[in-house]
Amino acid sequence: MVEIKTADELNKKFLREGMWPTIFCNGCGHGVVLEYTFWALEELGWDMDNVIFASGIGCSSRLPGYINADGLHTTHGRAIAFATGIKAANPDFNVIVFTGDGDCSGIGGNHFIHAARRNIDITVIMINNFIYGMTGGQLAPTAPLGSIATTAPYGNIEHPFDISNLACALGANYVARWGVSHPYQPIKSLKEGLQKKGFSLLEFLAPCPTAYGRRNKLGDIKKHWAWYDNNTILKEDYEKIMKYGTEEEKAQVKDKIQLGVFQDIQKSGFFESYEKLVNRLKEKETKAKGAKK
Amino acid sequence: MKCKRDPKRIREVLGKKVQFILGDMACVYGGLLAGVSFFGGYPITPASEVAEGMARMLPRVGGTYIQMEDEIGSIAAVIGATWGGAKSMTATSGPGFSLMMENYGFAVMTETPCVIVNVQRTGPSTGQPTLGAQGDMMQVRWGTHGDFEALALAPSTVQECIDFTVEAFNLSEKYRNPACVMTDGEVGHLRERIIIPDEKDLKLINRVTATIDKKKYIPFTNSQTRKNCKVPDFATFGTGYRTYVTGLTHNEKGFPATDKQPDHERLVKRITEKITDDADKLVMVEKINLDDADIAFVTYGATARPAESAMEIARKEGKKVGLLRLKLVWPFPDKLITKLAKDVDKIIVPEMNLGQIVHPVKEVACKHCEVISAPKIGGEMHLPMELHKYLEGK
Repeated sequence: MVEIKTADELNKKFLREGMWPTIFCNGCGHGVVLEYTFWALEELGWDMDNVIFASGIGCSSRLPGYINADGLHTTHGRAIAFATGIKAANPDFNVIVFTGDGDCSGIGGNHFIHAARRNIDITVIMINNFIYGMTGGQLAPTAPLGSIATTAPYGNIEHPFDISNLACALGANYVARWGVSHPYQPIKSLKEGLQKKGFSLLEFLAPCPTAYGRRNKLGDIKKHWAWYDNNTILKEDYEKIMKYGTEEEKAQVKDKIQLGVFQDIQKSGFFESYEKLVNRLKEKETKAKGAKK
Repeated sequence: MKCKRDPKRIREVLGKKVQFILGDMACVYGGLLAGVSFFGGYPITPASEVAEGMARMLPRVGGTYIQMEDEIGSIAAVIGATWGGAKSMTATSGPGFSLMMENYGFAVMTETPCVIVNVQRTGPSTGQPTLGAQGDMMQVRWGTHGDFEALALAPSTVQECIDFTVEAFNLSEKYRNPACVMTDGEVGHLRERIIIPDEKDLKLINRVTATIDKKKYIPFTNSQTRKNCKVPDFATFGTGYRTYVTGLTHNEKGFPATDKQPDHERLVKRITEKITDDADKLVMVEKINLDDADIAFVTYGATARPAESAMEIARKEGKKVGLLRLKLVWPFPDKLITKLAKDVDKIIVPEMNLGQIVHPVKEVACKHCEVISAPKIGGEMHLPMELHKYLEGK
């Protein structure tokens, strides 16, 4: 195997020919997440014939189309349920779902909740840009309080959804959230999540300058990136400040979005348990047959 | 755990060759005989027994049963499992069938074989959960948005629940289209004697999987490997073909072509014509006493039973009454009904709805004979004498 050193070489290996140009706007974060995923897959050295992608509807859900692999581009919010079936038919597959914040936490919330609860062995990469980008900038369940969307023209009055927090509560085996401005931790995290048996969620905060930025005075991508720098904090730093910081320091960080690995556990996955169930039935039957004889 | 159909094991799990079982359970038997290896379902009366049977039997034949979070997830998982290489099915009733409409269309558009058993109950909405109806006969044909063709069978007996579930798999696999077993609460909750068909009598059709050179493979085209065949070969995920499958309008390579009229027309015409081209070959009916008939019942599913009794009563009275029972309701047997309409004076269409299949009957028959709808709703079947009255004219 030739060692891949540059992004160009990486793209040649992983991108699907004939699907260019992409649908993404200037300054969009989706390509960065795709690149992180490619690096993680390259470092894992997985056979791409055995890596299956599923996605729903939205900008992020278009990503599998650009990957040279089997991909199922499904209906809005349903990708995780489709992925459950793919994995059930062949648990040897590595199944990756690309989804967005609207797709995953809005219309697809119930499928997400139950796949995490069942601990289905898939990796969900949710790209959170706080907005319904593809349809032109409508309010998403993840939109920060006060943010402007075409369907929240006077500012969002709904409390935003913290999907990583929800995944932790559901007992997902691996949960992490990162941005798109620091490559090393996300790639490491992606590798961990992909290898993890059971349900993993990788949430990425990614800018949407066109549909979110413009309306929220962040149309200039530099400003947008600065917003992420000012409004996110590493989980470890957050915890330290909350434990040892002054009241003033605590007030400064309390509303920031935490980044990091939130959960890394080893609960038994659905298909692992299912196989045990099948074997238990077999043993029982064999015993019963033996007793008859 | 990849599941391979093991005929011996299936029969071991199903048990005795002759049994006395529930219609819903017979759909489980049919699925198992056809080689189902994935079932995703959600509890709903009067279809829950299908899921219960699958939960009991599927793990024992090496297949996977998952109770999903809702019917939307059930049909989604079923479609996913098919692409992963499984033969897959789900079962539901009216409200769940309504929820499945979105991904039913996705299965049509992506040419995914799968089977949906709909144990129909009265509606609209939650209606009468425990009582049978035939209210979804048009929904199965037109319920999802856009242009498509339906494959729908309607069993009248418990034995047919087995046979038609197998047949639904065969049609679905052959045409790469979802196929529905449109049973109802009456047949679904009926207990009757069944005979499990022998392996040698079981004709199973499996999807044609892609074997062509991977570089040459075109996933959504016609006649690439089979002459005059509008059904493309199926590239199971994980076999190296690296297919992109989307519910968006796609070109022959499978890539989105959402702003291209010719691509859409080519695609949708192909996925409908692959079925309509064969419509005449697909006709599945039972004809009783039609040779000399002046009046004919055109019927299907549970309703065929009282209709047959009404016909027998009338025959004893010397009236020339016959019966045509549609086993496969969709695609609709236009030509056959036209011919029948020319031969008789009157067609009566009894249904457990306010008149659904009477419409396609009228569409082809009204020029040639009188067509009368004989509806009954509210979860009770027609009494033979109620149908007998229609023979006289109201």
